[in-house]
Amino acid sequence: MSDQPILEMRDIKKSFGPVDVLKEVDFRAQAGQVTALVGDNGAGKSTLVKCISGTYAIDGGEYLYEGRPVVVHSPRDASALGIEIVYQDLALCDNLDIVQNMFLGRERVSGLVLDESSMEQAAEETLRSLSVRTVKSVRQRVASLSGGQRQTVAIAKAVLWNSNVVVLDEPTAALGVAQTAQVLSLVRRLADRGLAVVLISHNMTDVLQVADSIAVLYLGQMAAQVDRRDVNQQQLVELITTGRLEGSDIAGITKGAIA
Amino acid sequence: MTSLDDNGTDKPVAPGGASAVGTSPPATVPAPAGTSGTEDRLAAVATSLPVAHSARGYFNLYVQRVRGGEMGSLPAVGGLVGLVILFSAIQPTFRGLYNFGNMLTEGSGPVLLAMGLVFVLLLGEIDLSAGFAGGVCAAVMVRLMVGYNMAWPVSIGAALVTGIVIGLLIGFLRTKVRIPSFVVTLAFFLAFQGVALFIVNNGKGAHGDVRITDNVVLAFENSQMPKWAGWLLAAVLIAGYGYVKLSAQRARRRQGLLGEPTVVLAAKIGGVTVGLLLFVLLLNQNRNVNSTPVATNVNGTITFVRPPAVEGVPWVVLVLVGFFVLWTFVLSRTRYGRHVYAVGGNEEASRRAGIAVDRVRISVFVICSFMAAVGGIMIGSNVAAVSVQNYSGNTLLLAVGAAVIGGTSLFGGKGRVVDALIGGAVVEVIQNGMSNLVQGNNGSSVQYIVTGVVLMLAAAIDALSRRRAGATGLG
Ligand SMILES: Nc1ncnc2c1ncn2[C@@H]1O[C@H](COP(=O)(O)OP(=O)(O)OP(=O)(O)O)[C@@H](O)[C@H]1O
Ligand SMILES: [Mg+2]
Repeated sequence: MSDQPILEMRDIKKSFGPVDVLKEVDFRAQAGQVTALVGDNGAGKSTLVKCISGTYAIDGGEYLYEGRPVVVHSPRDASALGIEIVYQDLALCDNLDIVQNMFLGRERVSGLVLDESSMEQAAEETLRSLSVRTVKSVRQRVASLSGGQRQTVAIAKAVLWNSNVVVLDEPTAALGVAQTAQVLSLVRRLADRGLAVVLISHNMTDVLQVADSIAVLYLGQMAAQVDRRDVNQQQLVELITTGRLEGSDIAGITKGAIA
Repeated sequence: MTSLDDNGTDKPVAPGGASAVGTSPPATVPAPAGTSGTEDRLAAVATSLPVAHSARGYFNLYVQRVRGGEMGSLPAVGGLVGLVILFSAIQPTFRGLYNFGNMLTEGSGPVLLAMGLVFVLLLGEIDLSAGFAGGVCAAVMVRLMVGYNMAWPVSIGAALVTGIVIGLLIGFLRTKVRIPSFVVTLAFFLAFQGVALFIVNNGKGAHGDVRITDNVVLAFENSQMPKWAGWLLAAVLIAGYGYVKLSAQRARRRQGLLGEPTVVLAAKIGGVTVGLLLFVLLLNQNRNVNSTPVATNVNGTITFVRPPAVEGVPWVVLVLVGFFVLWTFVLSRTRYGRHVYAVGGNEEASRRAGIAVDRVRISVFVICSFMAAVGGIMIGSNVAAVSVQNYSGNTLLLAVGAAVIGGTSLFGGKGRVVDALIGGAVVEVIQNGMSNLVQGNNGSSVQYIVTGVVLMLAAAIDALSRRRAGATGLG
């Protein structure tokens, strides 16, 4: 793969009134890699994701997609580029089934009429291609699914659209051990398919297990974006809690010194 | 989430534990018997589209779904059968053919109102003003006809446009000003009563309960189709239903998907055929209670003249069927309908999926008020006059009750147009059966009490089945 990140955020600034939530943040995601985005509560992870998705307009900085500067004003713009976000609180409708949820907002029609069987087939194919074996029927209502199954559906929904970048905001937060393992292996498979996966998580074990690159946000600044192989758990925790790493010369700690 | 989910649903699944989806690599090994039984059953029960290999499997699935809280219109159909038997047994006038036709026309207005309310209820909203909105629209129509001699197409058109405008207004106040629909429509409930009264008591022409004289408007509820037209209607409906069902099954088979078993399909089409033919057959009988010839003076000679026959399907049935088919199609087969369910299920998810949530919300109020106008005109046609008291809170609550009794949830996200039809039939049977039963001074008091109790009962069934469905994960 090339070195050019498919998604790059440069010097991103975002403030809410007097509060500067993101202060000149740099962030890169490569195709075929899992890029973890970590940081303490309130560090600005969700805010950064909302800037990526177009939910928030950035106040300053550059948004590059495949090396080209782009303007993303709404989630629609992001989708059009091939960027899909799977939010913390899964955006699924309980009263609809898996197929209906996966195609929500982008239903296939022939003429005026919904093309149910083609959507059903495509949904099944997508799940099969992700080796998802945990859901029994794609016509099952989402209300009856477990947390892990819901997460799977939400991720598969993002994949259905031939997206290139998938951002997952704490996909394993509410899951047990087995379901977490399953979702993480799904995350890995997405990257192996060539997607750029951005994974937000508070769980260091998960992050170290699945990520290729780790970006650490500290109080609205990017403390470091490092290669997974260059850090261990202890160093990562130090980065997250203090925003710096004592006596380190790891490449990628671009703005190591945080005042 | 409940114990069912912890039942190993997401254990790294043994190869072959998958059925529909996971037919990839190692799935040829048959599932060990019993291990995934619970999940399989849950998946099957929670399906939005019951399919099975055999009629037996289909039936079992149905029973399981009902027990899981997915009752649909079952309580309503059961109640309807019970009530019809009860009233027929204790009341000779109830079971006559004449009363059958009578109930059909009498109940049509509230059913049309209820069809519109289904849309509003699907979003978890309420429209308390629908009754009087219908009154305002009917008043507009009759005022234009009586005071200003407008032709019926103009007058009816004006009434329908009034309905649409009212819906837009409610939708605007709900979505843009963000007043809860309960409050908006409660305010309009009061205001529209005044507006309707104002229109029938002012302007050119007769005041008070303004009589409808236009023959076309009167015909909806008071005239019948020719017999052949009734049969034609039945034939068209049967053919249409059969076509829709069969082509859906064929489409699924073509894609290699499981469909409804042919036996079940045949039974459904057969049932609809028999039902519709019976319906037309009954209505094509002469149902005039006075069918014995009476001595009449015709040009000076006394002859025995038969009173005119009352036979054929009332014209209003055409209106009912038309809107029933239209709205069912819209809700179940179009993208817009899917979005209505989605917004009712999870507004935030719908917004993120790019659905114009506010527009959907406004649209359901427009549909509701439009249907209120249609219903309002039919109520006027039924009594041959526009009288504001016929559009009161009772009318509205019965319409809401009809939708809820039929199986539409007050909590949003669940409901069908057919609910309005089935629930409306229950409400009409209760109204009609009661009114002949309790006469005299306490008549109306008993009716109010019964209406209230029925509505409460329906809401209780709704809430309980929701809880039960929640517990089984059927939502
Ligand atoms: N709409 C907003 N208006 C004002 N302040 C906001 C807004 N959204 C976020 N913030 C602030 O920005 C900071 C970063 O919030 P953000 O949600 O991005 O953190 P996070 O890293 O996602 O935290 P968590 O791990 O708890 O999810 C917080 O201090 C928060 O209070
Ligand atoms: Mg967050």
